[in-house]
Order: sequence, then structure tokens, then C-alpha cells
Amino acid sequence: MSTTTPSEQQTMMRPADERRLPWYHLIYTGIAGLVLATAILAVFDALSIASAILLGFVLHLTIGYLYSRFREGRRWAMDRLMTLIVIGAFAIAMFPLLSLLWEVISRGLMRVVQASPTPFAFWTTDMSGIIGGADAGGVLHATIGTLLITLWASIISIPIGLFTAIFLVEYADQGWRRVLGKGVTFLVDVMTGIPSIVAGLFGLALFIAFLPEGEQGVRMGIMGSVALSLLMIPTVVRSSEEMLRLVPMDLREASYALGVPKWLTIVRVVLRTSVAGLTTGITLAIARVIGETAPLLLTVGMVTSINWNMFDGRMATLPTFIHQQYLNGNATCMNDTVTNPVNQEVYACTVTTNIDRAWAAALTLIIIVMVLNIIARLVSYYFSPKISR
Amino acid sequence: MAAPQPINVEDLNIYYGDFRAVADVDVQILPRSVTALIGPSGCGKSTFLRTLNRMHEVIPGAYAQGTVEINGEDIYDPRVDPVNVRRRVGMVFQKANPFPTMSIRDNVLAGVKLNNRRMAKSAQEELLERSLKGANLWNEVKDRLDKPGMGLSGGQQQRLCIARTIAVRPEVVLMDEPCSALDPISTLAIEDLIHELKQEYTIVIVTHNMQQASRVSDRTGFFNIAGTGEPGRLIEIDDTEQMFTNPGNTQTEDYISGRFG
Amino acid sequence: MSTTDTAPHPTRERSPSMRRSGRRVGDSVFGTLSIGAGVLIFVTLALVAIFLTSESMPAILASQELSGTADFSLIDYTLPLIFGTVLASALALAVAIPVSIGIALFISHYAPRRMAAGLGYLIDLLAAVPSVVYGLWGGIWLVPRLEPLYLFLNNTLGSWPVWPQFLPWVGGEPVIALFAGDPTAPMRNLASASVVLAVMVLPIITAVSREVFLQTPPLQEEAALALGATRWEVIRTVVLPFGRSGAVAASMLGLGRALGETMAVLMILAPGFTFSLHILEVGNHQSIAANIASRQAEASGVDMSLLVFTGLVLFVLTFIINAIARWIVSRSGVKS
Repeated sequence: MSTTTPSEQQTMMRPADERRLPWYHLIYTGIAGLVLATAILAVFDALSIASAILLGFVLHLTIGYLYSRFREGRRWAMDRLMTLIVIGAFAIAMFPLLSLLWEVISRGLMRVVQASPTPFAFWTTDMSGIIGGADAGGVLHATIGTLLITLWASIISIPIGLFTAIFLVEYADQGWRRVLGKGVTFLVDVMTGIPSIVAGLFGLALFIAFLPEGEQGVRMGIMGSVALSLLMIPTVVRSSEEMLRLVPMDLREASYALGVPKWLTIVRVVLRTSVAGLTTGITLAIARVIGETAPLLLTVGMVTSINWNMFDGRMATLPTFIHQQYLNGNATCMNDTVTNPVNQEVYACTVTTNIDRAWAAALTLIIIVMVLNIIARLVSYYFSPKISR
Repeated sequence: MAAPQPINVEDLNIYYGDFRAVADVDVQILPRSVTALIGPSGCGKSTFLRTLNRMHEVIPGAYAQGTVEINGEDIYDPRVDPVNVRRRVGMVFQKANPFPTMSIRDNVLAGVKLNNRRMAKSAQEELLERSLKGANLWNEVKDRLDKPGMGLSGGQQQRLCIARTIAVRPEVVLMDEPCSALDPISTLAIEDLIHELKQEYTIVIVTHNMQQASRVSDRTGFFNIAGTGEPGRLIEIDDTEQMFTNPGNTQTEDYISGRFG
Repeated sequence: MSTTDTAPHPTRERSPSMRRSGRRVGDSVFGTLSIGAGVLIFVTLALVAIFLTSESMPAILASQELSGTADFSLIDYTLPLIFGTVLASALALAVAIPVSIGIALFISHYAPRRMAAGLGYLIDLLAAVPSVVYGLWGGIWLVPRLEPLYLFLNNTLGSWPVWPQFLPWVGGEPVIALFAGDPTAPMRNLASASVVLAVMVLPIITAVSREVFLQTPPLQEEAALALGATRWEVIRTVVLPFGRSGAVAASMLGLGRALGETMAVLMILAPGFTFSLHILEVGNHQSIAANIASRQAEASGVDMSLLVFTGLVLFVLTFIINAIARWIVSRSGVKS
């Protein structure tokens, strides 16, 4: 047993207390905590899985600490306590991730494969003619809108972001360009912190300033793209800058020494060498803005059918679609069916149809984001040149 | 072809911002010969080497004053394009730096390809073979020309870089401690190569290794600094044999006999 | 060598002069484009500042504070929103910081080396989930499940201890005001919004702190281990002191994100405009970002201008927070 000396200052040096419990004693103390928690909760009639795990963890901390303190001494008991807390922190973070993914996949997939009218019709139809609790409709229009708006945001952001990064790495080396470079770096940092809703306000204000009086209510896709660009440019600049700086100076010098002009050196050597990293960074930047909602609420609004024209009229997007369906909440169903009074189409009526569509749209959006993320990882894994350092 | 002319360096001063790194260099570098530059670390020999093809301009804040005449033309004339200078004066670096995204073939032809210059396929193959043979690398790589250049050994990579340099057909080849990262056998291969290259090219080599200087060079120049913060100076330059047996300056003698450096 | 010696090379005699033959068009075009892109960044941010300011001018000019006549007050409108925004973010950070530091330590010092990268990727997945999906998950799944916890907190800490009756103002009020009040289902209260915000800022704080903890000089850690320190003692005496400023900066970055987040608050919180500390009560609070998003569709004229003004306030707020974070980062020499 540990012998606690009065001098706490010297604890680190004292050989008296040792680590003597095997790691799997944690399992015993853990089970003890869980059983005790279940018993206590059962007595108070408040038993549930969540509460048992929560209380069980707290009891585990206490029991584990006391047992180790008794067997191994204060220092090792503290070490074990902190180990448990750190593992607990990780478990806490896994909990929302797993629950969120489970909810989105299970509830979303259910709606996507559901025959309304055919499986996967959710991805091939839009919302035109869908009223009330009609259990039909889909996100084709919103998916097209999201892809179009993100595409245009990329068309605006990638050249600006890439050239800014090139400027920072290749040109801002001396004199006034160095001063300009410092300013740009600072402003890119400021841009990184712009709240997305402010980007939306900017996109709105910029276009409204140039629209004639009385047309202030105009919304169009390109407004959303401009707003998203404001959020995307700093991400592109930062990741590209980092990638360009990774290209060894040796390679630039080798190219210059062969009599290659600066711009060809940048294009054929620097960009060529870092192309995998650049692609990864840009793909991740796209994945980040593709889920942005707030700026699009302000700038592109919502419609029920496909709009291919970025410069005319409102557009549906997946994030705003999710938000709108969520806002609609539960539908009211008077009968088993609901009939569109205009075209006399008859649909089954489901109370939860809006929420179901929101989950299915969330699944669609997450699939797109995850595909982009996976592409980014694969590109960086397979196409990165091995640069010797 | 006209008889090759020497490189004339007159009154050359090199600065990093406000700091004068190299002072008052006056030297004539003989054509079709090997000139070695030796001296302690930080004496400015590498900096001086870079000013012979304006590569120092890549370093922020670095600039040179004075004249460097190659074939009777001052490369610091404001009308001269540094890109053209570098096509005439090639450079091989301390660390082998083949382009990691390119095959062996593309690395050798990099000077052509990076400049978007058109060249017939047969001419390309001929240039490839001639350059690799010129760098004593042909036999080792002729069966794997499309493999990445990074896959070669350190010594082979360095010879690949030499092949890449001579494929541009320069008149002068500058070498900045080309063997400092190589094992003795690879070093020997490069030194043999230097011997062959001087038939066709004017070679200036910076080296830390005095044995190497005595082995490969016809003439040797000695750089030194008086102290920290002082500029480096060319103390003396003479035939290599003379320098290593009977140097004219006591500093040179001290350095060569290993009393400092 | 014999082949090279005999054949004079065609390119050798090419241009006898090294002079510039005209300007290098490629170089000047490319250089101009690059510098132009840098300048464009300046112009863009100037435009953002100009538009936000000019669009909020009508509200500023028409406000009670300046005109003395109008029936709305800029300060009365904005202050509760700032209060709600800051309170929600502060609560989110109070939850997220300890958890994030724990995760960062787990990945950097507890998990086996082989697993560390994969675990880091899992946490990064949290950052890849769009905020609107968090809002959906929070609003539909999480809110009902938090109800028992809220009622428990409200019944225990929220009702006992109570300030003595004789004290002015607070007499009879619960000491822990945060959990006091009268929570009603559905729990669309500030606490729920903060929990979701906490999940959203978690990956940001974790990523930066993990990076900092991994940069702890291994020699110092080994020195502590060699003295017989336990793992926790190594962390307490070496890793945490080394990583403190990095973790602070990470938290500030998380705060910047939480302040500007729209969707989680918009989709979860039932809005209200008070200075109440009762975070379990519904309809007391609103954040700037969510307020803009919920009102912009109906707003026009001065109302819209007012919203833009609050947006400007939010911009300045996040700018200050991010500037402090960057200052700490640059001072500590840690790269994010």
C-alpha cells in the first residue's frame, strides 16, 4: 500500500506508490458503476439508457478513483481519473456525431427509397404542384440549384483565390508588393471571420444598390454565388497559399536556371507540383460552402421548380429547402389523400411529410458533402508527388 | 563558331539589402576550363557564383553592381533579359533537384518543355540521348526513361540535373557544391564527368572540399572574409597547382594548410 | 563524348545577344493578374464595409438617438440581440472548451499512434456537417431528449439555494439564475441552441488545440517521464503550460464561429428580446444572425436598414474576437 508522506512537494520523486493495477480493472469498476447507477435510478423510478450511462460514468469516475487511490496512491489515482475523463470527452463528442448520422441516414433513406410514386423519385422530381400533406415531391430542383450556385461561386472564387495565393507566395517578396502582401494576408484573415449571414447581407446589398427602384424584391442565383464567394475566397487563398509554400525553393531555382521565365515556372513547375494539394484544398472549400444556408436565405429565396437561369428569378437550394420544410412542420391531413385543386392530382396525405422531406434532403446534402470530402482525400492521397525534404 | 571568350568580371559588388556580402571582385574566368572557388563558409563564394547567371535575383533583396561580361556582352546591362542569361549560363545546385512530377525523359528535356518550345520528336530523342550520354547517365537509365526522376539514387539524380542543364546547350555551367550531399563513389563519377564537360563548357564550381578543387580544376580562386559583418573578397586566383603548392597570399596558405575554415 | 564533340548543336548559335527581344508578355500578364487578385481582396472588403455602413445609415439617422423623433431606439433594439448572441456563444464555449481539450488530449496523448489520425478525421467529420443539418437534428431529435435534463436542473439547482428574502432585487430569487424560471415544452430555449452550437464549435477548438499539443517538445515530455511522472503529471506540467495560449486562441476562433452562426439558433430558438438569464425559459432570447435571417423576408426600408445595422455590429464583434485570437496565435508562434 502506498505510504503517504506529509511532504506533498516531493511526490514526483517518491518511489513508494506504483502503478500496480492492470488496465482491465477499468472494466470491473466500470461495470460496478453502471450496476450501481441502474440500481439507484430504478429506486427513484427514473431509469433510462441515457441517464444510466450518464450516472454510471460519474459513478465510475468516483469508484475508479477511490479504488485506485486505495491500491496505488494519490498520484496514480489522479492519473486514472484524468484518463477516464479524457476518454469520456471523446465519447461525448462521438455521441452527437453518431446520433446525427444515424438520424439523417435512417430517416432520410426511408423517405428516399419510399415509393412515392416510385423509389428514388425524391431525387428525380421537384416540388411543383405539391400541396399540404401530399406525400410526394423531391429535391431535383434544389439539387440543381445548389450545384449551379456553388459552381458559379467556384468560378468566381477559384481564380481570385488562386491568383491571390500566387501573389502572396511568388510576388509579395519585396518593396511595395511586400507591404501589399501583408495587407492582403490580414484582410484574408478578416474575411475568414465574416459571419455567413453578413456575407448574405453583402450579396443582397450589392445587387440591390444597382437594381432600379421598385425591384428591391428581386432575388437571383448569382446573388447567392457572390455571397458564397465572399466565404469561399479566404478558404481557397489559405489552403492554396499553404500548398504553394510547400513547393521547395529548389524546384523554382532549377527552373529559373534552365532559362524558364517566372510565369512559366509558376505554371509548369509550382502549380504542377502542388496540383494535388490545390485540388484537395479547393474541393474542401467547395464542400464547406455547399452547405451554407444563411446567405442563400437572403439572396436566392425559394421556388418549387427547376430554374436553370442564374440571372433571372429565385432558385431553390438544398440547405434552404431543408430549412423551409422544417419550418413548415407537421402537415394537417383531413383525409387519407389530398387533391391538388388545379390539376386534380391525388396524393397520399402524411402528417410528417415535410419533416420527412427535410431529412431526405439533409441526407442528399450530406452525401454531396461527403463525396466531395472523399474526392479531396483521394486526390491528396494518390496524386501528391513525393517531395524529398 | 567563334572562339570562346573569357568571362570578365569587373568591380563586382553584391548586396543583400543594405548589407554588402561580396566586395570588389575583379576576375577573368578562362573558357573551356574548370575554375574552382574555395573558402570558408559565409565568404560569399556561392553568392558570387549566382551573380554569374543572375540567379541571386531570386533571393529577395539581393542585387549586384558592376559588370560581368560573357562573350563580350555585359549581363547586367539593363537591356539584357535575365531569362536569356540563364539559357546561356546553366547551374547545378548543391542538392539534386529533379522535378518530382516529371519522368527522367521530361526532366532532361525540361528546358525545352517548360519553355513551350517546339521540337521534332526525333530531335528530342537525339537531345535526350546526347545529354544523358554527356552526363554519363545514359547506360544506367536508358531502359527506364519514363520512370520518375525521383526514383534514382542521389548521385544519379545529380547527374540527371547536369544532363538537364547541358540539354539547354549553355556555354557556361555553374556548379554550387554539387557533390556535398553525395557518397564518395557518386562524387568520383561527377568529378570524372566534370573533366569531360570542360571540353565543351566553361565550368565554375564552388566547393568546400579542397581535395576536390585540386582534383578537378585548372584554376582555383580563394574567397575570404575579414570577420562577421564584413564583405567577402576574392583573395587570389591562380593555376590550381600553383595555389596548392605555392600560394601567393598567407591567408590562402593558412586556409589550404587547414589552419582555419 | 565523341558524338557531342563533332556535331555543332543547332541551338548553340541561336541568338548571339542576351538582350530582351520585346517584353515578356506572359510574365507581365501573369504578374498583373496576381497583383490584381491581391488588390481585389482589398476592394472586396472595402465594398463590404461601405455597403454595410451605407445600408445601415437610414436606420442610424432615423433612430431615436439621432433624430429624437422616431419611435424606435437603435440601442433598445440591438442590445438584447447582442446579449442573446453573447450569452448563447458563452454557454456553448463553456460546454465545448473542456470537452474539446479532452478530445485533443485524447488524440494527441492517449490514443494509440495508429488510431490518432483516424480519430482526428472523425472529429473533422463533425466540421463537415452543414449547419442546417445541425439545426434539423437539434430541433427535431435533440430538443425533446433534453427535456428531462432541463426539468431536473430546473427542479434542483434552479429552485434551491435561494437568496435570503431581505436582500434587495435578488431576494427570494434562486442563486443559480441560469436554471431558474419556468421551462415549458417544447424546449426551444437558449440552452438547447447553445448545446447545438457547442457541438458545432467542438471540431474547430479540437483541431487547433490538438495541433498545439502535438507540438509539445518531446524532450520535455521525456524528461518529465524520466523523473517518474504519471501521464497526467506530464500533461499538467508540460503539455498544458506549453499549449495554453494555443488553446485560448482556439477557443477564441470557436467563439467567433459561434457568434456568427445562424441556422442552429434560427431553427431551435423560439425568439424573444429580453435580458433574462433564465436559459431554460422559452421565448426570452434571440441572436443577431438568427434575427436577420428570420426577419429579412418581410423587412424593407428602415426595417431592412436596421437589420443591416445589426449585421454590422455582428461583423465588428466577430472581427474583434478573431483579431484577439490571431494576436494570441502570432504571439505564441503556433501555426493553426
